[in-house]
Amino acid sequence: MANEPKGAIVGLGVTPMGKIYGRRSVDFAAEAIALALDDAGLQKSDIDGLLINANISGDIDVRAQMILGFQDLTLVNVMSAYGSTAGSMMQYACMAIREGLAKTVVLVYADAPLSPSRGAGQSYAGPHRYPLGGMVGLRAAYGNFGANAEYAMAARRHMHLYGTTSEQFGTIAVGQRQWAQLSPWAQMKQPMTMEDYYKSRFIAEPLRLFDCCLVSNGAVAVIVTSADRARDLRQPPVNVLGYAQCAPGDNLRTDRHPAVETGAKQSGEIAFRMAGITRDDIGTCQLYDCYTYTVLVTLEDYGFCAKGEGGPFVADGKLGPGGALPTNTGGGQLSGYYMWGFTPLSEAVVQARGQGGERQVPRNDFVLVSANGGILNYHSTIILSPHTSG
Amino acid sequence: MHTKPVPVPDEVSAPFFDGARDRKLMLQHCSACDGWSFPVRERCPHCFAAALTWRQASGRGTLYTFTIMHQVMNPGFASAVPYNVAQIDLEEGVRMVSNVVGIGNDALRIGMALDVVFEDVSDDIRLPKFRPVAG
Repeated sequence: MANEPKGAIVGLGVTPMGKIYGRRSVDFAAEAIALALDDAGLQKSDIDGLLINANISGDIDVRAQMILGFQDLTLVNVMSAYGSTAGSMMQYACMAIREGLAKTVVLVYADAPLSPSRGAGQSYAGPHRYPLGGMVGLRAAYGNFGANAEYAMAARRHMHLYGTTSEQFGTIAVGQRQWAQLSPWAQMKQPMTMEDYYKSRFIAEPLRLFDCCLVSNGAVAVIVTSADRARDLRQPPVNVLGYAQCAPGDNLRTDRHPAVETGAKQSGEIAFRMAGITRDDIGTCQLYDCYTYTVLVTLEDYGFCAKGEGGPFVADGKLGPGGALPTNTGGGQLSGYYMWGFTPLSEAVVQARGQGGERQVPRNDFVLVSANGGILNYHSTIILSPHTSG
Repeated sequence: MHTKPVPVPDEVSAPFFDGARDRKLMLQHCSACDGWSFPVRERCPHCFAAALTWRQASGRGTLYTFTIMHQVMNPGFASAVPYNVAQIDLEEGVRMVSNVVGIGNDALRIGMALDVVFEDVSDDIRLPKFRPVAG
């Protein structure tokens, strides 16, 4: 059958997030996995697959299996397509389970780049990340540090082509802060107005501080098994109905525009077809939101509005609480917590289960999850559902 | 007083930096398909031939997009903020990241015509930057 579940998510573990110092990534990973096992009603000995998301700190690798005490795994690897990896991991876990290579697979992302002496900006773009040898040295020489500058340039290009405004970016930031106030896991709980948004300092114009994601210490673990096995476990199964990747390629060619025409388009088309649904069936989006701009351009490329109309599309607040297309309902990476693709994935599990409490969306039949990595160079899509078909 | 980071040429990038010292913008060019590439490729990204050689580029392009950096990410830029970082579409078909000089940040406009200029950053290193074409 074309649209039977590819697999099911049966466990979710989310550690405390943010400026939590003195713990290593693998320690956060252990806590998230323990939480996920408990959530699923599984023992560690039930796990026969472990997929680890390589992190920015580079301090977690395949030896985590031994540190965590997993035995006789029949599937183990470290994967990286930067921020988009969560979706790729889900694909490979489900394919391995369907192929009989493993029965129950843990997916984990853990990172601890923040320290008392190294804040969010420096952790991702400080001098330690910019070698000077060869052509790579040009980045530092020109002052082109981190993703902020690159995404700012993408956002500026979009504004130039389509008339997108800061006000529209701000609407996304304010809406997600409203969602964060409803989530027990979110880091940023204080209210934010449009005035607050405009008052936040420029990081890389046109992006302000509140256009940019958080950086968090913490971990998220997700446990995946077959849809059949999921029925006997503790939580309502969250079925994986569709998934896809797209990597548009080099952005240093004048015939390509990957920052304004992203991999969400092709990846979304494949995933929707696989799930046997259309975007009209989607009740909530959990979109990778390293920046406000990312949400806007991803909505366009998934086809929720025409290319270039993302600004007017979001301007009525439809992404926020009570809106027509509730999106990033845990506050996302902007106001919730920053765990790469595991931020949207974790919130999607909560919503698909119907466990969102105050922030539960009214329509959770089909949940769209995106992740992207690099400067919109890598994209993954997952479609989740409490139902076993589309 | 911190200084801005200065690139250190390696074997692969030496033609680029040697060229810049002579005030030439050098890029890789494919003798099989006539395509250009940036920053450094092992094979031509267009036709995949292993036929790349360094050749002087026109140095002419247009401003594709830009940002004004306000956050100090490196102490060498503490006194430079706010400064611009720009993507320049060169006539050769490659998109290069650099800085636009000789113009205020407020005057930058996407699509404006730019020309390469070389800036001394140390005794050994000159960096290609871009300035608006006069008129």
